[in-house]
Amino acid sequence: MADVPQPGAAGTATGAAAGCARPAAGIEARFAVDYAGFRLDVDLRLPGRGVTALFGHSGSGKTTLLRCVAGLEPAARGRLVVNGECWQDDARRILVPTHRRALGYVFQEASLFPHLSVRRNLEFGLHRIPAAARRVPLDHAVALLGIEALLERMPDRLSGGERQRVGMARALLTSPRILLMDEPLAALDHRRKQEILPYLERLHDELDIPVLYVSHAPDEVVRLADHVVMLGEGKAMAAGELHATMARLDLPTAFTEDAGVVVDGTVAEHDDHYHLTRLDFPGGAVWVQRQPAPPGRRLRFRIHARDVSLADHLVEGSSIQNLLPAIVEEVVGADTPAHVLVRLDAGGTALLARITRRAAEQLGLRPGRRMWAQIKSVALLG
Amino acid sequence: MPTLSGADWSAIRLTLELAAASTAVLLLLGTPLAWWLACTRSRWKGVVGAVVALPLVLPPTVIGFYLLVAMGPNGPVGRLTEALGLGLLPFSFAGLVVGSVVYSLPFVVQPLANAFEAIGRRPLEVAATLRAGPWDRFFNVALPLARPGFVTATILGFAHTVGEFGVVLMIGGNIPERTRVVSVAIYDHVEALEYAQAHWLSAGMLAFSFVVLLALYGRRRGHAGGGVG
Repeated sequence: MADVPQPGAAGTATGAAAGCARPAAGIEARFAVDYAGFRLDVDLRLPGRGVTALFGHSGSGKTTLLRCVAGLEPAARGRLVVNGECWQDDARRILVPTHRRALGYVFQEASLFPHLSVRRNLEFGLHRIPAAARRVPLDHAVALLGIEALLERMPDRLSGGERQRVGMARALLTSPRILLMDEPLAALDHRRKQEILPYLERLHDELDIPVLYVSHAPDEVVRLADHVVMLGEGKAMAAGELHATMARLDLPTAFTEDAGVVVDGTVAEHDDHYHLTRLDFPGGAVWVQRQPAPPGRRLRFRIHARDVSLADHLVEGSSIQNLLPAIVEEVVGADTPAHVLVRLDAGGTALLARITRRAAEQLGLRPGRRMWAQIKSVALLG
Repeated sequence: MPTLSGADWSAIRLTLELAAASTAVLLLLGTPLAWWLACTRSRWKGVVGAVVALPLVLPPTVIGFYLLVAMGPNGPVGRLTEALGLGLLPFSFAGLVVGSVVYSLPFVVQPLANAFEAIGRRPLEVAATLRAGPWDRFFNVALPLARPGFVTATILGFAHTVGEFGVVLMIGGNIPERTRVVSVAIYDHVEALEYAQAHWLSAGMLAFSFVVLLALYGRRRGHAGGGVG
């Protein structure tokens, strides 16, 4: 969390005077926009690399925030510095127009130019930056997104997933210093999403630039993001590193069926006899169904709170074989009066368990209590 | 049976020249005007839109009358053209072009404005995120995407200018080789009871107009699904 301070007014009053020239890594984004019936008011420090998810329901302001970063909301007041480059500072009357900002923007619908072939769509941005500034060659972007076969086609001859991949390649070819993605998967059906997600993960792995990724889908966020900003009614309710933020109990996301934590594990060994794979992570390990990944590969997975039960001793002779010692940190009410959510620390990895209030009382759960977490299932991401 | 005389042929040639010149001027003036109408949030939008549409409802004689007054020796336009050494515009080919441009303005501006509006903001925003500045966006995104509107505007502007009568008569008079266009020539033939020539010219106009509109509406049907996005 150290590199991602919490949002809020504190410590920003002198921000404007500090100047834009400061060569700070990271993104400083302070915006206020007023529309009839909606107000966006955020003050964020975001990491200068990795994927930051802007997460929230529709109407939470996440797309508006992204458009502010792109300079597409002329009514937005505030200040924006991206890895040392100042793009907006009202106090100094700085407002860099969108076309002079080194950004890539992937829109929800791919918005390819219908009058240009795929190749000419890709070249549109590429040819508008100086040759010396081109860090992403056409062939590279085309291969990265698997669109070699589409180059001579017109956009109306592409599927939705293909269009979105072309849109991503087109944005990358401007060699952006920041990539902005506005729900790039929202307009696609489940199958198309699954087709695109691996490409997004490749982007994540290969790009050395920050990505702001707008989404309302928790499964996309936990799969792709390193950091998350939770937006609600135009305000940032929380911001931080993904795993820590997902394990927080004071956020609305905790109070859903979907509550759970995200863990980054490493493939440790395969058991070919039982067709299982062991994933190690700080504080423990879980066995999952055999994964087609070599030892050492990082795999991200989710443990839903509803799939974790608790015992006060090591239960042997159970079908649940993923057992982790953990210390209770916090117990709060859950989405129904019958349940509570328990946050535990399993040797450095946070866990959430959703159990009945009666069980919590009978077990005498309180912070500091040592328990065994029984993990019924693990959802692998990617 | 008498067919077309040399005077008739020169009227036809003059008509086509006038329509071509007027259409060229209309596209040059109408494009920025239509772009402004499509993009602006100014409160003047309604006023300008109404002024542009006036020729749709006014009798051509009214437009011709005011143009004649304005371009005459005591009118503001007339004083300006004389001060610039251009002489007076009424009863000249240039005057006819001015009159035709005013008279056909809505037929060019409205299709163009509709085409620009149909593009929406999104393609221009996309272009901006791809480093295209305002002029770049206009010439390389807005104009190509508005192409169907330009075809419609060109056809309507040309055809409507070919078909005008009242404005031409008011400000051009009826000077052979200079301002006598086909519609005026037909009027002359009828006045002189030369029905055969009037028939030739009228039938020609009828055929021309039908072919033009057929091209326009036939094309529209073929492009019914040609959306933007």
